[in-house]
Amino acid sequence: MVRLITHNLLACHAKGCTSNNFPLQFQDVSIELRDADFNADFLRGFLPRLEWPALVGAARQLGDTSLPAEQPDMIDDEFLQKLHHVLLEIHVEEGAMVCPNCKHVYPISNGIPNMLLAEHEIG
Amino acid sequence: MSRPELVAPPEIYYGDVEAKKYTNNSRIQQIQADMTYRALELLNLPPDEPAFLLDIGCGSGLSGEILDEEGHLWAGLDIAPSMLEVALEREVEGDLFLQDIGQGIGFRPGSFDGAISIRRFDNTLRRSISVLQWLLNAETSHPTSSPPHRLTRFFTTLHAALKNPSRAVLQFYPTSDDQIQLITSIAQKAGFGGGIVVDYPNSKKARKVFLCLFVGGGGGAQQV
Ligand SMILES: [Zn+2]
Repeated sequence: MVRLITHNLLACHAKGCTSNNFPLQFQDVSIELRDADFNADFLRGFLPRLEWPALVGAARQLGDTSLPAEQPDMIDDEFLQKLHHVLLEIHVEEGAMVCPNCKHVYPISNGIPNMLLAEHEIG
Repeated sequence: MSRPELVAPPEIYYGDVEAKKYTNNSRIQQIQADMTYRALELLNLPPDEPAFLLDIGCGSGLSGEILDEEGHLWAGLDIAPSMLEVALEREVEGDLFLQDIGQGIGFRPGSFDGAISIRRFDNTLRRSISVLQWLLNAETSHPTSSPPHRLTRFFTTLHAALKNPSRAVLQFYPTSDDQIQLITSIAQKAGFGGGIVVDYPNSKKARKVFLCLFVGGGGGAQQV
């Protein structure tokens, strides 16, 4: 499963691709929704690690518009519930992620992204 | 009997049957669980805080299940599609990636609170294999495939992907002091502190070796 929690951390690692290599763009994706245990402590702790605009953009690409464009100052339970759903309950099952810089395509099959590089792409 | 990492690269070695056999063996599950608990201990995470961890060579998710039970979230990397298939069948909680860590990993700086890597046992050869051993296995003559290149890319990108301070605990089976020297010197060049932790050093059977790497001070309260 690719969930937005890990997508928000993923950058292209092809040779020489060191700038504008994040976030990877979703392409032709199909998603599944699955319930996950809600953990407010984890979400609060993880919040500073998120690239907010990238998360909102990726969520919109997947058809979820529940998050505000700007990260709110007040972290209440209602907001954490939305964040929980976006980060942990949307699973990308098929499709691909494309690097915005070098255009490398990372295919996603059966929920597993193939991060393998070709010989000439290895740094 | 030869060590399996000298026989074939893992993506060839782990067929579907092998992967299932491995995962269904209860003795292996117990050993894997014990090692995962020990690795968690060595990670020295802040108590009672759920962490986001990287499982390197996650296989069928046996270690991941322990991480779930302990309340952590995780992402797992493995080069063997058949092991990842079994992980999917077992409905593990972590996000799985097909990845050759010798090519380096692509995560933003400070993504993870820690990383673990626990050996996998091979049923047919009855030997355990660790991710570090696979990295030492050069399967082609191409210069980017030499063990030092593979180790350098792995440690450099792992160091970047970890939070400061934090730790990575990688269990392995060194075959010689030279091997330990090579691995630790490349890890140091990549910015890691720390070193080797040996459990039960005087027991041939129970002896366990962990490469315990520190980012920054390594975090946590007490020393290993
Ligand atoms: Zn790229």
